[in-house]
Amino acid sequence: MSGSAGSATVPLISAPYDLLNWLVGQWSDGLGWVGEAFGIGMLDYVFMHHAFLVGALIAVMAPLIGTFLVHRQLALIGDALAHTAFAGVAVGLFVNSLLGTGISPYVTAIVVAVLAALAIELISETTDAYNDVSMAIVLSTGFALGAVLISINTGGLAVGINQYLFGNLATVSRENAVLLVVLFAIVSLVVTVTYKQLLYVTFDETAARVAGINVPWYNRLMTTLTALVVVGAMQIMGVILVAAMLVVPVAAAAQVARGFREALLASVLLAELAVLVGITLSYHYASTAGGTIVLVAVAVYIVMVLAGKVQSARAVDESTPSDAAVGDGAIGEPSDD
Amino acid sequence: MSEDSVTAVNDDGPLVDARGLTFGYTAAPVVDDVDLRVERGEYVGIVGPNGSGKSTLLRLLLGLHEPDSGSVELLGHPARAFAERERIGYVSQDVTKDEKRMPITVSEVVLMGRFPHAGFGRVTQADRDRAREALQTVGIEHLADRRITALSGGQRQRTYIARALAGEAELLVLDEPTVGVDAESVDAFFDLLDDLVADGLTVLLVEHDIGAVIERTARVVCLNREVYFDGSPAAFTESDALDRAYGTNVRREAGGIVT
Repeated sequence: MSGSAGSATVPLISAPYDLLNWLVGQWSDGLGWVGEAFGIGMLDYVFMHHAFLVGALIAVMAPLIGTFLVHRQLALIGDALAHTAFAGVAVGLFVNSLLGTGISPYVTAIVVAVLAALAIELISETTDAYNDVSMAIVLSTGFALGAVLISINTGGLAVGINQYLFGNLATVSRENAVLLVVLFAIVSLVVTVTYKQLLYVTFDETAARVAGINVPWYNRLMTTLTALVVVGAMQIMGVILVAAMLVVPVAAAAQVARGFREALLASVLLAELAVLVGITLSYHYASTAGGTIVLVAVAVYIVMVLAGKVQSARAVDESTPSDAAVGDGAIGEPSDD
Repeated sequence: MSEDSVTAVNDDGPLVDARGLTFGYTAAPVVDDVDLRVERGEYVGIVGPNGSGKSTLLRLLLGLHEPDSGSVELLGHPARAFAERERIGYVSQDVTKDEKRMPITVSEVVLMGRFPHAGFGRVTQADRDRAREALQTVGIEHLADRRITALSGGQRQRTYIARALAGEAELLVLDEPTVGVDAESVDAFFDLLDDLVADGLTVLLVEHDIGAVIERTARVVCLNREVYFDGSPAAFTESDALDRAYGTNVRREAGGIVT
């Protein structure tokens, strides 16, 4: 099973790569030990170790970025970027077959998705609005370009394309796991450093501008990070379902969380739940991982909607007397819709 | 009423100084040759019919748009390049709308007022204390952990003012803050503004409720593309500026215009 580690070498600077490679190896050994100690059969396989690692990291990154996107009503952007990332994969495969190189299609996917992210920002800045139309154009252009490039490469290439469309647990190689650790480090570091600015821009763009925050710059940063996350998550989720990880756990968390930090944390926890349960189920029932994860996430979402209803019904009971005690005349509509 | 209650004295010039301000989204100007100076400690209300360029004027004054001609200075610096942004607090028009339904608590919103001070650094305990004080000042400390979408329009308004206060703003700019707020809360809101002005805050307010502006502010600016009137509320009620700016069919409520 670890034989997949030898394929498709990614040309990276060797020292940090070796370190990360070693870390992934340690993780794999650790999980293997856990599997043996508790008799968990699926942990006998190295590709499952990688799948759990990649899944766990995606479940942090995707809701982290998704929370900012969803609350700016930009949920569609993940979908658009995923489809352009597909074009990136096609470019990678095309170049490899043309020049006989061994570039990982995920690397070209990152490059193309980031370029598309900046293009979307440029369109929205010049037309002064993010709109469905420009997003749909970018989405279909990406997918069309990918489809055309792949069809030009007749023969064996079309066979391998399913793994990019729908994701595949078994193809998560050690190189891909290392790549994902790098993406994870970049995304979480950038969000940690710029959390305040991103929150301000997300909540109130005009006030953020008045407060001197360079809003266009942070918008570009946000979409670029989205591109990175989308490509990272594509390995397991596939192009078609990757956007679900950006949106569904975030929507679930918004049902129950009061604060933004709370919502971030809850969305990560719910995403972890969906990913870990989803991967386990997909192993046992030999179902596609991406689809299974999304179905679990949607089930979690439904539970959270119900929990939110119960919670707000209780909150109305409690808040009515305390509001009257305010005495500043701020009585009036509870204004919850 | 409160020109004598000026406290801070780091620069004596006007907080806002706009000269010959002209701006249009298309060829036709929305704001035409407007002069406006706001001195420290003033309480200014801008009135005008719908589409009269009130909000656009505010955006120009805040440096959000580049004027077609004319100039704006904020606290003595060109508005577009003005860097000490935390000295200005802004409450936008859609405060009372909540189509976003974003999960965020009152204290998280107020803490945003500290973000320009913190930059890329961490939010400190001192920042949190400031935010809490601001919540006390506007009288909604007990709502700190509520989700902002669960508040009434009036409470939400106070949250945004607390955000400006937490940022130690010297100039508070409000764009139609009472839209969608019930009458009783509007009164309480103007009482709060009175208190803040008395404490030395400079307030610039765009408001559709002409009666409230005349009753509460110390200076009225009547705008419809250009300035029709700029002076005391008493002089404003005696002038015909309102009729000229709004056209003839203004609905004047007898009780509304009293000084």
